[in-house]
Amino acid sequence: MNAPPPVARLSLRGISKRYPSVIANDAIDLDIAPGEIHAVLGENGAGKSTLMKIIYGVTRPDAGEIVWEGRKVAISSPSMARELGIGMVFQHFSLFETLTVAENIALSIDRPQAGLHDEIRAVSTRYGLPLDPARLVHSLSVGERQRVEIVRCLLQKPRLLIMDEPTSVLTPQAVQQLFATLRRLAGEGCSILYISHKLDEIRELCERATVLRGGRVSGEADPRLESNDSLARMMIGGELPACSLAPQAAGELRLALDGLSLASDDPFGTALHNVSLAVHGGEIVGIAGISGNGQQELLAALSGEKKLARADGLLLRGVAAGKLGPGARRALGLGLGFVPEERLGRGAVPEMSLADNALLTGATRAGLLKGPWIQRGKVREFAREVIARFKVKTPDEDALAQSLSGGNLQKFIIGREVMLAPEVMVVAQPTWGVDVGAAMLIRNALIEMRNRGVAVLVISEELDELFMICDRIAVLADGRLSPAIATAHASVELIGRWMSGDFSEKDSHVPA
Amino acid sequence: MNEGLILALLLSTASAATPLMLAALGELVTERSGVLNLGVEGMMLVGAVAAFATMSHSGSPLLAFGVAMLSGCALSLLFGVLTLHLMTNQVATGLALTLFGVGLAAFVGQPYVGGVVKGVEPFLFGLDPVTLLAFVLCGSLWWFLNRSRAGLLLRAVGEKPAVADAIGYPVRRIRYLAVLFGGAMAGLGGAFLSLVNTPMWVEGMTAGRGWIALALVVFATWRPERVLLGAWLFGGMTVLQFHAQALGLAIPSEFLSMLPYLATIAVLVLICRNPRTILLNQPLSLGKSYHPDR
Amino acid sequence: MFQLETRPVPSASMRLLSPLIAALLMLASGFVLFTLLGQPALKAFYVFFVQPLTTLYGVGEWLLKATPLLLCALGLLIAYRANVWNIGAEGQLVMGAIAGGGVALAFPDVSGSWLLPAMLLAGVAGGMAWAALPALLRTRFHTNEILVSLMLVYVAALGLRFLVNGPWRDPEGFNFPQSRMFHEAAILPLLHPEMRVTLAGVLALVLVGLIWLFLSKSWLGFRLTVAGQAPAAARYAGFGEKRNVWIAMLISGGFAGLAGVAEVAGPLGQLQPSVSPGYGFAAIIVAFVGRLNPLGALLASLLMSLLYLGGETAQMELGLPAAITGLFQGLLLFYLLAADLFIHYRVRRSVRAPVAVLKEATR
Repeated sequence: MNAPPPVARLSLRGISKRYPSVIANDAIDLDIAPGEIHAVLGENGAGKSTLMKIIYGVTRPDAGEIVWEGRKVAISSPSMARELGIGMVFQHFSLFETLTVAENIALSIDRPQAGLHDEIRAVSTRYGLPLDPARLVHSLSVGERQRVEIVRCLLQKPRLLIMDEPTSVLTPQAVQQLFATLRRLAGEGCSILYISHKLDEIRELCERATVLRGGRVSGEADPRLESNDSLARMMIGGELPACSLAPQAAGELRLALDGLSLASDDPFGTALHNVSLAVHGGEIVGIAGISGNGQQELLAALSGEKKLARADGLLLRGVAAGKLGPGARRALGLGLGFVPEERLGRGAVPEMSLADNALLTGATRAGLLKGPWIQRGKVREFAREVIARFKVKTPDEDALAQSLSGGNLQKFIIGREVMLAPEVMVVAQPTWGVDVGAAMLIRNALIEMRNRGVAVLVISEELDELFMICDRIAVLADGRLSPAIATAHASVELIGRWMSGDFSEKDSHVPA
Repeated sequence: MNEGLILALLLSTASAATPLMLAALGELVTERSGVLNLGVEGMMLVGAVAAFATMSHSGSPLLAFGVAMLSGCALSLLFGVLTLHLMTNQVATGLALTLFGVGLAAFVGQPYVGGVVKGVEPFLFGLDPVTLLAFVLCGSLWWFLNRSRAGLLLRAVGEKPAVADAIGYPVRRIRYLAVLFGGAMAGLGGAFLSLVNTPMWVEGMTAGRGWIALALVVFATWRPERVLLGAWLFGGMTVLQFHAQALGLAIPSEFLSMLPYLATIAVLVLICRNPRTILLNQPLSLGKSYHPDR
Repeated sequence: MFQLETRPVPSASMRLLSPLIAALLMLASGFVLFTLLGQPALKAFYVFFVQPLTTLYGVGEWLLKATPLLLCALGLLIAYRANVWNIGAEGQLVMGAIAGGGVALAFPDVSGSWLLPAMLLAGVAGGMAWAALPALLRTRFHTNEILVSLMLVYVAALGLRFLVNGPWRDPEGFNFPQSRMFHEAAILPLLHPEMRVTLAGVLALVLVGLIWLFLSKSWLGFRLTVAGQAPAAARYAGFGEKRNVWIAMLISGGFAGLAGVAEVAGPLGQLQPSVSPGYGFAAIIVAFVGRLNPLGALLASLLMSLLYLGGETAQMELGLPAAITGLFQGLLLFYLLAADLFIHYRVRRSVRAPVAVLKEATR
């Protein structure tokens, strides 16, 4: 590598940003050289996204200065950032579903659409990101949408490209393609800020890393010279905790889907095709796959939020439950517990207290009613038990759900469902956006349930997590479900191939 | 029927359709930006009374229409400040605007009840200038929404304001403009009622036309060319109601007067029956407040 | 510069304060308006807000007008809590009047004590039936209940006009479009001989208590509130959406119908082409200003009723247009909505504070 040039592409000095309940960034310094791939590493809530929004002019810092190519600047808007030469690929895409690829791009680069189609084609071929400019965005896969975002940035010839957690929407194979594109860009002199919490990726791709913890810089390193453990220490201030899964024979069939095909209620959703699934007592089955491949629809079908056409399409403990609603599936005989991926607004009512939120699903199963009346004392008692057993950080059970951090609220919701002693537990994205400590507590709670003989189904985007806690893994791709394979026989490569929709078992033949 | 009667029917249909069309096109633009303004009825009423008052003092139709549009704008500005700056619930604020507009119009209009002004004269093919303007507006809006960059931006803001904001567009300013346009058109529609349709002021003279205009936007699946169709359908119904008795139909007038309202319900059922029709066409952020938290 | 900042938790005290702020702002606007109209503001104030209550009869009128407002608002607040936008209470009120009045007209010779209860029940049923239409169309065909319930207001009003002009017109009424006067057994008893307020006022008070119990203690009330605040959470918990819509619509329609029959069996004593000066619409304001809470609605209905009385007195004494009432009512709701901002947001000076200060502030 060449010696770093004297002038950094971007320098941040003492950047701070405070929100009403949290200091997101506290005196952050950061330098990035031209052509450098620089990681910003930190766990959920460490302040990475806020920092990137500040650089891209979406959010304004309360204090600190930004120096762009030796010149002090105040980036007041994204269009100003783009004028400077900064491009950003957002984690949650900034695309308009009802517009075409070309219309989306035209909106952000302040240029008429004429001639744009050819330009898009040229750039996308050059960097190995094939795209059809005339297609409507809602018809694209998640990976293709990311391409639109990247091409949109590239058309403006950026000198700094910010990538916010780009690999969560990609299969392992597609991650390699993305890395090749990024290395090529860096070779042409474009600096890249790569935000992630995935240690392996950062060690593979980046030349330098700035580690954030609790809104502050907790270390700087050359990730190629570090180990996962040493990076983790900087990131969380301790060892990465582990959890263990003792082998155990699976019990009787508790949850079965038989050839479920289902249209989506969401006009931009994914229909399910012929999905069959079996989960037994005492095992954890994981469903991997990138969000948007039918996860929403599968979850709604399992929980009862969407009823099935056939009653026997879903068997819960041998009972045909396809036409039952969520309340009936939760009731004593069937015993379904369910944790949705959206916490605020679905798993919990934001402007209600934790006590009321305990009542939400606990009413009958926890015996909190007397005839048509609510027994407030029992509701509080139940909420307090959940809070204590799952170490939910809150002043008391009167605190509003929305006042809790993401991790704490997730502990409360999972705790509530666990305390209702379900026979079958379905959990979506259990640790999405949760800090490492809470994530381990949640995973261990799931494993403990499995050890007690509960049938557990986990739907997650995090492959690492599924490999950690599952007995068997299946993959949902474009509304189709692969066979479930024993985790011991699964490899990242195989699961990655399944994620792209190719369900052949070339390197394994274990019966599902 | 002779040609003269057909022509007369067409002309009266046109003038019954025009106020609906104007108000619906204005609301369509507002809704395309993601803002639901249920205050159309109130803005139309205030437009009607403002136009009538201006006309009876100045005698200038141009001035009267202008003042009507301005007063519609003023009311919609109030709505804009509340919903866009103070983040109030759009449904509740729109209702409040209608209730306020009804009260304001009645209050201002009290001295003008029973007054008479000279109506606006036809000017081309028996049509008055505002009716012609409504047609031009419909075509221009089609072009604006489907072909122009500003229209693209409006649609984008109505779909995902947060994204438009992240890209760097002034979401709030765009929404203000859309809301103001809606107000001006509702005011103009109201003025048409009190100057052209029936040149007089009666309390509550819009008789629910503002609400029918709201339903027309849904019926039109947020497309201007279909507003034209819907407005003419309803215009035709109103005319039918006037001519039914002349044609010797023995239906009590009250039942004939119910027709437009029942038809509105029927039309809504027809279009909403398949929820996908609405989901696919409705601006995604319709009715949701957006506060850029910086 | 000042900036809005989201509060971490909505402010409970602002939730109670904002209706008061709104009422004060409305009074202030009244002051300005009276001055602009060339009235001595203090005197106009007295005439509008105090004078109506200086006689026993006036107090009776005050309670009389508050009754239908309160009844309609009690139903509406349940619907709005459930996020069901029934804005057609005026139509449901008219249908209640027609159904209840119809019973009275159908039994002109009956003097049994069952007649009044039957009329009230018929009124409730009429309101419910009229509210069932938007509920049916929303749950079956996904139509917007705002537009449907509102369209039905016009239909109901025309229906009433047809009846009093045609089949139900009093044959001895000199061709006036109104029904016979109801006989004694079909009229609600008065609470006091010098006041026109009827038993319906007491009924409304009892219902305030029942609704309060329903909302704060019952499982069904809880489920409706969840459905309004977080529809996805309601679906997740298994509170059927259609059922919620039906319940919210039927309750609000029934209350409005009760208000309607209480008007015709009370102060009106007959069916007329118009049985309400817009109580069903004004009740929307009552429900909001009362914070969607039954006790709040009670207070708000008294304030709104006073506005009606004040408008009438001001017309007689000062020659002001009576329509000023509607203006005040609209303003009240606007001010409330604006004041509600501070429940969820607070004002912050957007100065760039030094980092040292920030660290201090959070320790």
